[in-house]
Amino acid sequence: MIRVTRDDFNVDEELRRLAKPSVGGLVTFVGAVRDESEAGRVERMEIEVYPEMAEKQLEAIRREAIKKFGVEDILVVHRYGDLHIGDKIVLVAVSAGHRAEAFDACRYVIDELKKRVPIWKREHTPSGAHWVVAGRPD
Amino acid sequence: MRLRVLYFASIREFTGLREEEVEVTEGATAENLKRKVQEMHASLEGQESNLLVAVNGSFVEPKRILKPGDEIALFPPVSGG
Repeated sequence: MIRVTRDDFNVDEELRRLAKPSVGGLVTFVGAVRDESEAGRVERMEIEVYPEMAEKQLEAIRREAIKKFGVEDILVVHRYGDLHIGDKIVLVAVSAGHRAEAFDACRYVIDELKKRVPIWKREHTPSGAHWVVAGRPD
Repeated sequence: MRLRVLYFASIREFTGLREEEVEVTEGATAENLKRKVQEMHASLEGQESNLLVAVNGSFVEPKRILKPGDEIALFPPVSGG
């Protein structure tokens, strides 16, 4: 239920993988490439990944969240490579019996991903390209 | 012992390499290896706070002792999501 890929994903198709009679709620977060950042106008984005470690860290976060919030399952897809404005970057989908734990788990996964999964964004702006400055592991 | 060291993102650009082999003494720690890499690449000067170390796909304490066959990675704080 963890995938690091160059390819785009279809949210409906991905959600089908979480379908189960005991699931009463599915919460999804989709991150996309925005046309502006602190640095100004963004024209496109490159994403670099350390695949083996990213998958290992994502799997650890997924297991933590399933245990911590008691949700049914969690799926994470993160893309890398060259992306354009509006392209989907990441999907976090959580299935659960009820909505509250699904929202909490989804928030937890994306927040932890931003702190400790080895993925880096490089924004291309009219004045040049730069690496996005961001989080650190706790 | 010679260890495989991978570089990512801005650290890859500073070193100009995706990976290389680095010689360290038996009993060397993750911190020792980081310093060795900094000595080997003058371009990393000033990047101290931007250098995170992972061993075999996990973040490690600076005093973690390295073993033959360990895969080390040096990279800046992450920015995915």
